[in-house]
Amino acid sequence: MEGGARLAGWGNLPVPGVEIRSERLEGAVRGLPLTRGLGRSYGDASLPPPDAHAVAGSVLADRILAFDAERGVLRAEAGFTLLEMNRILLPRGWFTPVSPGTKFVTLGGMVAADVHGKNHHVQGTFGAHVRALRLALPSGRVIECSRTRHPDLFRATVGGMGLTGHILEVEVQLEQVPTPWILMESRRAASLDDFVRGLDEAGRTWPFTMGWLDCASRGRAMGRGILMAGRWAERHEAPPGPPPPLSRRIVPFMLPSRTINRASVRAFNELYYRAHPRRTRRRVVHPDRFFYPLDAIHAWNRVYGKRGFTQYQCVLPFDGSGEAGTPAALRRVMDTITRSGLASPLCVIKNCGAEGDGMLSFPMPGVSIAVDFPVTPRIQGLVDELNEVVLAHGGRIYLAKDAFTRPEHFRAMEGERLTRFQEAGRRWDPEHRLRSRLSVRLLGDEAPEPASARGRSAQVAPGRRTPRPGARPAPSPTDAAGEGVPTHGGPAGVRAPSP
Amino acid sequence: MKVAFLGATRGMGRALARRMVEAGHDVFLLGRDEEELARSARDLEVRAGDGRTVGHARCDLEDPTTFAPALDAADRALGGFDTVVVTAGLYGTQQRLEEDPELARRVLTVNYVGTIGFSEEARVRLLERGGGTLCVFSSVAGERGRKPVVLYGSTKAGLSAYLEGLDHRYRAEGLRTVCVKPGFVRTGMTHGLDGPPGPLQGTPEGVAARVLTAIERGRPVVYAPGVWAPTMAVIRALPRFVMRRVSF
Repeated sequence: MEGGARLAGWGNLPVPGVEIRSERLEGAVRGLPLTRGLGRSYGDASLPPPDAHAVAGSVLADRILAFDAERGVLRAEAGFTLLEMNRILLPRGWFTPVSPGTKFVTLGGMVAADVHGKNHHVQGTFGAHVRALRLALPSGRVIECSRTRHPDLFRATVGGMGLTGHILEVEVQLEQVPTPWILMESRRAASLDDFVRGLDEAGRTWPFTMGWLDCASRGRAMGRGILMAGRWAERHEAPPGPPPPLSRRIVPFMLPSRTINRASVRAFNELYYRAHPRRTRRRVVHPDRFFYPLDAIHAWNRVYGKRGFTQYQCVLPFDGSGEAGTPAALRRVMDTITRSGLASPLCVIKNCGAEGDGMLSFPMPGVSIAVDFPVTPRIQGLVDELNEVVLAHGGRIYLAKDAFTRPEHFRAMEGERLTRFQEAGRRWDPEHRLRSRLSVRLLGDEAPEPASARGRSAQVAPGRRTPRPGARPAPSPTDAAGEGVPTHGGPAGVRAPSP
Repeated sequence: MKVAFLGATRGMGRALARRMVEAGHDVFLLGRDEEELARSARDLEVRAGDGRTVGHARCDLEDPTTFAPALDAADRALGGFDTVVVTAGLYGTQQRLEEDPELARRVLTVNYVGTIGFSEEARVRLLERGGGTLCVFSSVAGERGRKPVVLYGSTKAGLSAYLEGLDHRYRAEGLRTVCVKPGFVRTGMTHGLDGPPGPLQGTPEGVAARVLTAIERGRPVVYAPGVWAPTMAVIRALPRFVMRRVSF
């Protein structure tokens, strides 16, 4: 019955499952535990729980419902993509107020993951600019929510990984830009301290900042990389025409799993670092090259081969604990990453600003690190080790990337925030039909139980050692009439460096 | 172009209507569900981006009394259309249609009787104004009687023959017919079906691009994706004893 159908997130760790797509999302979501978008979350956020087989897919629900060309307010169906938004509205001078590191995301996914971008230190997360949402609750009721209408539902949904209701429509305030081109400045950062100081300084004058980190070098060069800052180019600075569509390359097939190894990463990172001149560079660049450098290579996740990969992204608060403004925890995290020898060349550092109002929204004031690792037998131990550091320093991890965090770590990091989120879940989904593989793994979500005992009762399965999300033993499916809803998580905010 | 468009709320129709609007053409939407029509109309208006409005009217291929009023409404709103596009249609797998005779009857009615009835209304109006384009979505399923599309394919065979006949009879009077024969296209209609190997699968956007070019150039037949033209030439040439054995 299940055939061989599989679903996977961007990390290529497939599980049995199918996606049910329809132009009429409201009808398609009925009885399903989750809605996913383009499946760009890395781990298991967009995958069905083990006792269910199908999730809804939003990508055919992609209509623009309203656009106020004076004020820049856009309302669209949840499957409308950032790719289309940029294609249609950027030439008219409007851009998303917050852009993640890929344009292959849906509005629904951007809300569910409450994505952040290179401007987090000034603009906050995407959710901060969302004005209203239309949700289908598992009861079948369709409801409009905002900061004034059902604010608890709204705040639980922003960053709620699709676990509060199927997102049908999103209304968001866009940002007006002077031209569609980016003025970018970049320089080498010689060390971690230099990097953190540089990000802080750049963040005072530049709306967009981020950096590429070399996660292979150790010792004094640990944490070196390239610091990038940018802003929209003014008319007199920009080329006269609109940015042309860029050609895309493709990774045509799965590369061998050993392609990303210690030697290849060291060599790549050395070249990449040296390729940047010693002096500061300043130039006008194509917006796609600045915001979405990896989108230029279609299916780049295939470079990790069949074993798949995961991204670890955490944020560490500024706590005055380290020297030169660098949180001590950041040094420990970088030390753990570089010592593991598992890091790929894709490693990004970003300074984050104030926390948003999404109950489970990821960013907090501090420094965020995101790094890709191929999945090897050592990955679980590495994620555990990193999580211990993050936990000890009051940081947290990003659910849209995660596949290996243990529930006890996650609960300890989130504490009260998780309690409030689960309370909202009980209010709006009392039968607890909305679930994903991620929620089963981290929130202790079981299949809906008979009326007596229900709720997201935190059932910790201590010390599960499971290298793949798919290989996990399914929690006993009781009367699984899975109904529910989340949208897939969007991609991370800051991803890779501009070449 | 000024286009009266039946079936623009979903699938290939949605993609083609978007492409037309973005290319600067005026579109008026016809379809069964008023709310869906209104939502698609707003989508197209924003994509047009220059204040052009997109109107809509109810038209149901199962209800012939709706054809004339719907086309009249399109005519008024567009100030006289010169192009009519029909992408609407019903599909069911052969197994499903065999199990459900009522659904089979509906598929035959909508795809053959309804579509041709509507096309006749459109033809008369286009000829009255000296010509224009009638673009109707048929299917490669009408090229050959085949196991998986016995009933559905027969409606498309009839439709293709009708469109070819129109082309022969009225082209000299200015009526250009475009018969679109999509192969396997990934839409909500085909979602969940296995489909042929990757290169034979198309996207609604790819089909839309080919069809708009075909309309602009007045090509009477267009396969989409293009690889289906040689593919169907081979299938048409296969002897019956082969067709009885293969599963496609």
